[in-house]
Amino acid sequence: MSLRDSPFGDLKVPLRWTAAAALVVAVGAALFLLFTNRPDNASGQAMASLRHAADSVVGPVGDVLSAPIRWARSGADGVSDYIFAAKQNRYLKRQLMQAQRWRDQALALAEDNGRLRALAGVATDPPIAMVLARTVIDARGPFANTRLANAGANRGVTEGNPALSEHGLVGRVIGVSPTMSRIMLLTDPESRTPVLLERTNARAILTGDGGPNPQLAYLRTTEPVRDGDRVMTSGDGGVFPRGLPIGIAAKGADGAWRTVLDADATPIDYVQILLFRDFSQLVPSGGLAPDRLPTAVTENSTATILGSRTATVAPAPAAKVVAPAKEGKAKAARAPKPRPAEKIAAGSAIRPPKAAPALGSPQAQNRKSTPVKSAAKTPASQRPPVTIGDLLDQP
Amino acid sequence: MSGVAARPLNPLFWLGVPMVVCAFATLILALPLRVFGLQLPEPVFALIPAFAWALIRPSILPPFALLVLGVFLDVLWGGPIGLWPMCLLSAYAPALAARRFLAGQGYGVLWVAYGGACASALAVGMVITAVRTGAPPALIGVLWQWLIAAAMFPIAHRLIERYEDADVRFR
Repeated sequence: MSLRDSPFGDLKVPLRWTAAAALVVAVGAALFLLFTNRPDNASGQAMASLRHAADSVVGPVGDVLSAPIRWARSGADGVSDYIFAAKQNRYLKRQLMQAQRWRDQALALAEDNGRLRALAGVATDPPIAMVLARTVIDARGPFANTRLANAGANRGVTEGNPALSEHGLVGRVIGVSPTMSRIMLLTDPESRTPVLLERTNARAILTGDGGPNPQLAYLRTTEPVRDGDRVMTSGDGGVFPRGLPIGIAAKGADGAWRTVLDADATPIDYVQILLFRDFSQLVPSGGLAPDRLPTAVTENSTATILGSRTATVAPAPAAKVVAPAKEGKAKAARAPKPRPAEKIAAGSAIRPPKAAPALGSPQAQNRKSTPVKSAAKTPASQRPPVTIGDLLDQP
Repeated sequence: MSGVAARPLNPLFWLGVPMVVCAFATLILALPLRVFGLQLPEPVFALIPAFAWALIRPSILPPFALLVLGVFLDVLWGGPIGLWPMCLLSAYAPALAARRFLAGQGYGVLWVAYGGACASALAVGMVITAVRTGAPPALIGVLWQWLIAAAMFPIAHRLIERYEDADVRFR
């Protein structure tokens, strides 16, 4: 039975008013979705599940739809390579000559860098695993700049992982499904990235606004910013590791300092997702735990904090004192008083030079704990104090 | 027009088909395509039915269809859920309110009205983004998006012409 034949067929409905009422209800539903969608409530979790499910479906569809385009591009590249082979050959030879010069410089700098790091006792960050992924969906509107990459939780990707192209930082992962991950680009209006300027060490927050050049907001510097200053991640906050290249500073048309992103140099077809969670990854297992707890010498008015640190490193009798008050006083009195120079030598972060371990070797990764142990073997009184001048005089 | 019984116009054709076509076209343009090394624009195809549906006929279904279409855009583009439903409904609402005035107008007037509806949608998007992030989005990006959206009016006009006369009582 059709509607016209039913008893409701002659029902006269004020259509404009019902349409307006439907509009109001729909607006209410949209506002409800917009303002109740938080990660910590049921609505937000439901929406996150919806997103993950949709990404799992849309990702493979986008992958399949873009396959003919990739094939066509690959074919066109092949034809182009064949036609321009001689020209490309000349270009690549020039590039190779330049690259060989850079390689020599890079090797020399790496050697210098390794030696200086060893002298200063700076721990080398261990390598962090990466996952290569292809982007299959690309949102580039004014209100959302995200990409969907075809690597998800089943390959170890988690929310917060930084994503890089071959030129620099692209953004970070904000959602993960088993097979797909959603990457928020640096240009997204909700993107905030702590950065530093390489030349001045100035700090800023790279603030996306939907445009191609995110703004350097909250710039803190005593020196003026210059066009072309390198911008990289500062590592503040622990979301990104320090030193990932981002781009160069440039004055915007609105007078604000902005960033020309390195990642814009070429299309972002592939991204490397850095499986970085937090800074605890950069320290070897147990590296954050102290080798020896500080002594609990109490109620000794002559002891200082520096003195107790000296006692911790040097094998002095006071080092193992955890005793009632009187006994602690007596033992502290028997312990030889360290001279100021010894205190500085034993308690300072500057340590005597030692042979530089190979980068990435277990010795290099365990370097944080090794110097303390070696210092403990040598009595503090026999070690000369090390100054900055001594370090600079080292060959 | 109030007080008139509605002759059923199959919603599958004037609502369902445009919805599916919009979703598919949006998905295609969301692929990381490049022509001569340049990124393609990202037109909001859903603004076409948002304007056209209001002129074709008043109905209960279009607001909810736009709600669904907006949620689809938010999920696909990774924006906050609810942003694009609000934007699309903000384009639909003024068109519905001005329906009596717009009915029977010429091509140029309708184009201007369509541009206004698109501007209304993007203005609401700007306000919502500014409230959420604490800073307004880049105006140049919004203007670019508006230009692309406004340039798609011929498709919206085609949709209006296709279904406007489907029921003479809604002329």
